[in-house]
Amino acid sequence: MGNPDVVTIRELSKVYRQGEINVTALNRISLDIQAGEFLTLMGPSGSGKSTLLHIIAGVDRPTSGECRVQGIDVARLSESELADWRNQNVGFVFQTFNLIPVLTAFENVELPLLLTRLRGKQRRQQVDTTLELVGLADRKHHLPKQLSGGQEQRVAIARALVTDPTLIVADEPTGNLDSHSAQEVLGILQALSRNAAKTVIMVTHDPKAAAFGSRTIHLEKGELVA
Amino acid sequence: MPLPLKYNFRNVRVRWRSTLSTILGIALVVSVFVLLRALARGIETTNSNTGDPRNILVVRKGSQAESGSMVSREQFRTLRYFDEVARNEQGEPVISAELVLIISVPRGTGVGEANTLIRGVTPSGQELRPQVKLVKGRWFRRGKREMIVSERLAGRFTGFEIGGTIKAGLDRLTVVGHFDARSSAFDNEAWMDADEARSIFDRDQYSSILLRPRDQAAADAIIKRIEVDKRLGLRAEHEVDYYSKQTMTAMPFKYLAAILGAAMSIGAVFAAMNTMYASVAARTREVGTLRVLGYSRRSIVFGFLIEGTLLAILGGLLGSILSLAVYAYVVVRKVQFGTMDWQSFAETVFQFRVTPDLMLTGIAFAAIIGLAGSFLPALRAARLPVISALKSL
Ligand SMILES: Nc1ncnc2c1ncn2[C@@H]1O[C@H](COP(=O)(O)OP(=O)(O)OP(=O)(O)O)[C@@H](O)[C@H]1O
Ligand SMILES: [Mg+2]
Repeated sequence: MGNPDVVTIRELSKVYRQGEINVTALNRISLDIQAGEFLTLMGPSGSGKSTLLHIIAGVDRPTSGECRVQGIDVARLSESELADWRNQNVGFVFQTFNLIPVLTAFENVELPLLLTRLRGKQRRQQVDTTLELVGLADRKHHLPKQLSGGQEQRVAIARALVTDPTLIVADEPTGNLDSHSAQEVLGILQALSRNAAKTVIMVTHDPKAAAFGSRTIHLEKGELVA
Repeated sequence: MPLPLKYNFRNVRVRWRSTLSTILGIALVVSVFVLLRALARGIETTNSNTGDPRNILVVRKGSQAESGSMVSREQFRTLRYFDEVARNEQGEPVISAELVLIISVPRGTGVGEANTLIRGVTPSGQELRPQVKLVKGRWFRRGKREMIVSERLAGRFTGFEIGGTIKAGLDRLTVVGHFDARSSAFDNEAWMDADEARSIFDRDQYSSILLRPRDQAAADAIIKRIEVDKRLGLRAEHEVDYYSKQTMTAMPFKYLAAILGAAMSIGAVFAAMNTMYASVAARTREVGTLRVLGYSRRSIVFGFLIEGTLLAILGGLLGSILSLAVYAYVVVRKVQFGTMDWQSFAETVFQFRVTPDLMLTGIAFAAIIGLAGSFLPALRAARLPVISALKSL
C-alpha cells in the first residue's frame, strides 16, 4: 500500500489524575493510520479506546508523546485553533447520535457548515447532497425525535461528512442500533473509506461490525496488542 | 461565528414550561416598574406645566404655600406700581392678586364630599397662565356669582357641570365654563373673580400675587427688592420654583420605583439565573457536541446570553402589555388617582400615562435582567471541557 500516513502516533500516553491516584488510560502507544483506511478499534471496557479516539480527533490532549494528523501536532494548537481544526478536518459520530433536538435533520447537518465560508445556495446544496448520500433526502425537515435511531445516526454521519473532512471518527456508532440499522450505518462508513478515500476510525465492541473495517487493532489496559 | 438565532428561539420555545414562572416574574417586575414610572411622570408633567418661567409668585414671608399666605390690598397696590412689573398693550401692569380657598363639594359618585380648591383671580390671572384655556361655555363675569371649573374636575363633582351650582358661603355659584389646564395643577381648581371671592367668603386679604416682570433682570431685581423691604413682609420667587417645591410628591414615587425596581429586579435576576443554570445543566452534552463541531467557547457564551435575554424580553413584553392594560382600564373607566396634597389639603388629581417609550424602557430593563441572569450560567457552559461535556448524560 503506497498510501501516505494521515495519522502518526508516537509514544502517546494519557494519564488521568484522580485525586491521589493516577489512571493510565493510554501507555506509550505508537500507531500509523493510512489515508483511506477503515480502522476499527476493539478492546475491553476501560482499555482506552475512547481516549485514543478523542486525542486523534482533537477533543482531548495527550499527557505525553505525539499525535500528528496530516503532519500537524494537534496538541500544540490553542483552544480556538483546535475548534477550527476540528471543524475542517474531523467528522465525529457518537454512540448517542447527539443531534440538536430543536433543529431539523437539514439544520443539524448545516450546523458545521455555518462555520465555513460557504454561503447561501452553495451551502444548502452541499447539505442536500450529503443527506442524499445517507439516503435521507426525504426526511430533511424532520426533527430528531421524528426519526428512527438508524435515521438519526445517518443524519449524524451526514453532519460529520458535510465539511468534507479528512478523518471520520466514530465511537461505537452502532451501539444503540438494531442490527439492520447497524448494517446500514456500517455500509455507509465502509463506502466512505472505499469510494471517497475517507480515513475512518471506529471504536466497536462488536466483531461483526469490526469486520466491515480494513484493519482492526486491539487495545488492552492502554496498550496495543497485536 | 455565532450559533443561528433560530436555535436560541426554539430552545426558548421548547423550554417554555420550565421558563414560564421566570417569564411571569419578570413580567410582574416590568409592569410595576412601568406603572410607577408612569405615575411619577404624570406628577412631573403636572409640575412642569404649572409654573411659567416668566412669572414671579409673591406670598407672605414665612408661608410655605399660597393657601396659608395672606397679602393685603395695600401690599397689592404697592407692588402694582413697581416699575419692574411688565405692562400689557393697554398699559396695565401684568399682575394678579389671588385668593385661594378650599371648599367642600359633593363627589360625583354621590357618596360624600371632597375638598377642592377655588382660586379667585384678577383679569391678569388669565394672561399670566396661557396654559389655561376655555374649552366649553364662557369665562365668568364679575359680580354675577359665576365660576369656571376645570373639565377634569367637572366629571368628578356634582354641580360642576355647566349650569350647575354649588354652595359657597351664604351664596350659590353657577358654573358657566370648563377649562383645560394642560395637566397642570390648575386642572384641580375652580376659578372665579378674586374680589367677588373675598366678599362671598368674607376675606379681607388676598392669598398671593402673581406677576410678570419686564425681563430677567427685572425678575432678579424684584425678588431682591421684596426680600430686602422689611416693611412689606413678603417673599417672592419664580412660579416654577414654587410649584416644584409644592409638588414634591413625585419624589416618593420615583424612590419607590427605584427601590422596588432594584429589589424586584434582583429577585428576577436570580430567577433568570436559576432557569438558565437549569437550561445549561440539561444541555451539557449538547454544548459538548457543538464544541466538537467547531463552535468556540465564545459562541456558546453568546448563545446562552441571547437565550436568557430573549426569555427576559418575552417577560418584558408581557409586563408592558400588562401595564398598558392597567392604563387602558384607568382611562376607559375614567379612574383617576386622588392624592392628598398636604399643603392645601385639597384633593388633587393627576393623570398617568403609559407611553411607548416607557414600555420600551421596561423591555430594555427586562433585557438587562436577562443578560445579568444568564451571565454566570453562560460562563459555566463555556468553561466545561469538551470531554466532560460529552460524557454527561
Ligand atoms: N475524565 C476521566 N477521569 C479519570 N479517568 C478517566 C477519565 N476518562 C477516562 N478515564 C479512565 O481511563 C480509562 C480509559 O477510558 P476510556 O473511556 O478510554 O475506555 P474505553 O475503552 O472507551 O471503554 P468503554 O468500552 O467502556 O467505552 C478508564 O480506566 C477510565 O476509567
Ligand atoms: Mg469508550
